[in-house]
Amino acid sequence: MLLKDEVGMLQRVPLFSGIEPAKLKLLAFTSDRVNYSAGQILFRQGDEADAAYVILSGRADILVDSDSGPMKVAELLPNSIVGEIAILCNSSRTATVSAASDLEALRIRKDHFLRLMKEFPEMTIEILRVLADRLSHTTADLIDARSA
Amino acid sequence: MEPSLARYIWTHTRKQQIWILMIVLLSMIPYFMSFDLPKLIVNGPIQGKGFEQPGTTLPFMRLHYNLPFIGEVQFFSGFQLDRKETLLALSLVFLLLVVINGLFKLYINTYKGRLGERMLRRIRFDLIDRVLRFPPIYFKRVKSAEVATMVKDEVEPLGGFIGDAFLQPVLLGGQALTAMLFIMVQNVWLGMIAVVIVIIQIVLIPRMRRRLLVLGRQRQLTARALSGRVGEIVDGIGAVHVHDTSNYERADIAARLGLIFKIRFDLYQWKFMVKFLNNFLAQLTPFLFYMIGGYLVIGGRLDVGQLVAVIGAYKDLPGPMKELIDWDQDRQDVQVKYQQVVEQFTVEDIIAPGIAALTIDDPGPMTNPLSAVGLSMADDGGAMLLNRVSMQVKPAETVALVSTPTGGAEALAEAFARLNWPESGKVASGADDLLELPEAVTGRRMSYASSDVFLFQASLRDNLLYGLKHAPLTSVTYDGAAADQQRWNMDEARWSGNPDFDVHSDWIDYASAGATGPHDLFEAVRRVLDAVLLSRDILDLGLRSSADLTRHTKLAGRIVELRAALRTRLEQEGLRELVVPFEPGAYNTEATIGQNLLFGAAAGPELADKALAANPYFASVLKQAGLDSTLYEMGMEIAEQAIELFADLPPDHQFFQQLAFMSAEEIPAYETLLQRLKNRPYEAVSEADRAMIITLSFAYIEPRHRFGLLTDELMSKIVAARNQFYENLPPELHNAIERYDPAKYIAAATVMDNVLFGRVGNNHPDAPDRIRSIVYDILDELGLYAELLDVGLDFNVGAGGRRLTGGQRQKLDVARALLKRPDFLILNRPLSALDQRIQDKVLRNVLEEARRDGHSPAIVWVVTSPAMAMMFDRVMVFDSGQLVEDGTHETLLAENGIFKELLS
Repeated sequence: MLLKDEVGMLQRVPLFSGIEPAKLKLLAFTSDRVNYSAGQILFRQGDEADAAYVILSGRADILVDSDSGPMKVAELLPNSIVGEIAILCNSSRTATVSAASDLEALRIRKDHFLRLMKEFPEMTIEILRVLADRLSHTTADLIDARSA
Repeated sequence: MEPSLARYIWTHTRKQQIWILMIVLLSMIPYFMSFDLPKLIVNGPIQGKGFEQPGTTLPFMRLHYNLPFIGEVQFFSGFQLDRKETLLALSLVFLLLVVINGLFKLYINTYKGRLGERMLRRIRFDLIDRVLRFPPIYFKRVKSAEVATMVKDEVEPLGGFIGDAFLQPVLLGGQALTAMLFIMVQNVWLGMIAVVIVIIQIVLIPRMRRRLLVLGRQRQLTARALSGRVGEIVDGIGAVHVHDTSNYERADIAARLGLIFKIRFDLYQWKFMVKFLNNFLAQLTPFLFYMIGGYLVIGGRLDVGQLVAVIGAYKDLPGPMKELIDWDQDRQDVQVKYQQVVEQFTVEDIIAPGIAALTIDDPGPMTNPLSAVGLSMADDGGAMLLNRVSMQVKPAETVALVSTPTGGAEALAEAFARLNWPESGKVASGADDLLELPEAVTGRRMSYASSDVFLFQASLRDNLLYGLKHAPLTSVTYDGAAADQQRWNMDEARWSGNPDFDVHSDWIDYASAGATGPHDLFEAVRRVLDAVLLSRDILDLGLRSSADLTRHTKLAGRIVELRAALRTRLEQEGLRELVVPFEPGAYNTEATIGQNLLFGAAAGPELADKALAANPYFASVLKQAGLDSTLYEMGMEIAEQAIELFADLPPDHQFFQQLAFMSAEEIPAYETLLQRLKNRPYEAVSEADRAMIITLSFAYIEPRHRFGLLTDELMSKIVAARNQFYENLPPELHNAIERYDPAKYIAAATVMDNVLFGRVGNNHPDAPDRIRSIVYDILDELGLYAELLDVGLDFNVGAGGRRLTGGQRQKLDVARALLKRPDFLILNRPLSALDQRIQDKVLRNVLEEARRDGHSPAIVWVVTSPAMAMMFDRVMVFDSGQLVEDGTHETLLAENGIFKELLS
């Protein structure tokens, strides 16, 4: 997959859809292309967060440690981004991400990501929107759980 | 030190000064003979005096004397020579005298020069010897650059003066006196005039020069302060930039230079003023002679012959007088310099020479307890850090010193290390005052490490072993020329009052590290490095540096084995795709195009980096392979992409780290180049522009940059070009490149690159770490771990150890203290730069390592966190400069005192 194809992929990620292609190309160029085979770990729960990942091809599982071992909580498909929250709040990883098949991803380093946010407010707003969306989901889930 | 320069010189060079004076007097004989000889030649053989009759012969070299009572005695009747023969003989004598005079001059100048240089060496050594004995407090007040400039520059002029110190006044004084006496004999009155003028000169000139001396002193002080400030700027460059004070520094330096200029210019003005006056006085005398002498002649009270003789004799007076006055000026000048320096080096409480006397034999263990008796310590401002503390540490006891911020435990540790001296009370070993014990005991049987580490600009190994270099333990035998040189070195050292210790001897005290010699020292080194958790860092340094193959032969010898082991291991773990190996007949996709073309490590500047594309031979190979235009187009494409991506970014943007092709500064140049070359056929582009563009393609790696520029065809062409390049490599480039050979070690490459012999895949983010740990495993399996650690120990730590991190420096300091295996180990917050988890781990390791092999040193550790105290036999708690609690960890916990409070 060439740089220009990656730009096409990035455009389909909601977080980046508002950013002009030239900047996305820069983002792709400064990111590392990484390959994983099934079962390899992108990052582990509790690790220090140093990068976000955009899945280019393949699938990945999001796993959370529980008393009965790792528990799968979600699946990642191409064009999704993962790990962006932890690099925003300087916290450690809240879940483990492991490749479920052969996986190609773009690894966006933390400092690059933050720099982009500073330079492109539209991207920051988009991230806020995603976060707010997740928060309202979580609140709804909480209410469900309490009333149950 | 001796405050008077003259006395200092006289004490150390009396015999030599007298000897050279005798030689000078002796040299006068041929000197005056050579004056007389021209007259003899001209009058005798040339004008024919005594040879009036043809065929006359005269005796030559007849020795006859009129001795009292005996009458004329003839020792040698002489050779009978005719006129021409006499001319030849006399001319030869003249030549002989010229040679003799020249040789005398040569000998005298060499002798004086050597005398001066030896004295200079002695003075410099004396000064540094004093620096080594200064009390600790002195170093808080003085700038190192100022001391350096005193030792180096300010005493320098002394060397030139010393040879003339006594000789010059004797000689010149003698000459002047003779001339004066001659004038006096001719006419007392005229003599009196000359005397009066000379007296005026002698009285007036030095008086005027007093101001010169004052100015000279100022010049010296301001110059010294300048070098102190320059040193400070260099040391504190970080602070200057952080606070944007570089212009303040510029102003300060400019002001200082202005002051120095003013002083120097004043000095010039006075100097020439004095010169003028001096010359005037010297010329005044003939004026008086002509006028008064002439008056006397006209009056008939003096005859003309006498007047002419007086004026003739006076010609010989100003020369020596002037030189004498110049000598005096020099003397005062160097005396001032000397005094200035000596004043700075005269310090109260200087450490007695015996304390640091060279001791070869091992001083034996310190078996007495270490104690503080009524010890008070103050800081430089006089504030009390420790107030009448008494305590004792028994041998083999481990003590944690826990301190509140004002506790003063650090001051106690510094007192034990003799880094600061007590304000009152004392530190003692048994009944002996610790300050009076020789350093041979305290420096070998005690060791100290603190958070404030100083490392020398040398290799890690040298810094680590520094603590073992107390005395020259072996006598080195030298052969042939080296032996002569060594003998000369030692003789000269003695002549200049320097010690004759041989710096090339083996100074390392292996026994104190628990080793028997160089062969098993490494084991001890490895253990202490493991204990302070520094081995891994050093291994990493080793991997990243290129090994010195004369020293690390094992690594080079087993490189094939290593590479094979790495391949097998990667294969076994299913990690084969992590490394793409270099293969002579294949393109390596993870390496740059440049690396694929060269397929070797540049060992010289000819083929390195940017010079590669411009190298004529390399360019011709590209052309032959039909690659030049392809790579040019590729370079153009890369330039376009890079400029499109990066042109808008400010030059300091961190994204530029990702741009391998060009630096931020080069972007504008490439932008204009691109505009100029666009749509121009390749043939019309100049060589230099081609090289600029082709260079860009050399940094390209397809999987990393993903521009889609590399085709299979291009790859095979590149491999073919690579072979062509080596086939016809011209001899002048043989040493500029080391070809990758699977069976050979590449000296110009790092150890890691040598073992890998390939490139780590760009698509595996954790690959470097995994490979590194695999490499360590393999090195360990093959028994090469120690060798790699040794390569790492070659790493130069930089000025003050700044190439290491703060944490690494502190670890190294602790390792150095441990290596000595002391009886008392004093550690003063030694690991403050590390996080608590690592500190705890190192603490545990150090306690264990110190007690290895039944060794049981006392350990006094000023801990950074009270929780660390748990590991010690005894805990002492300090607060407000007082020892407030003392006991075992359990008892203190039970007491509910400050310690418990600190712990919570």
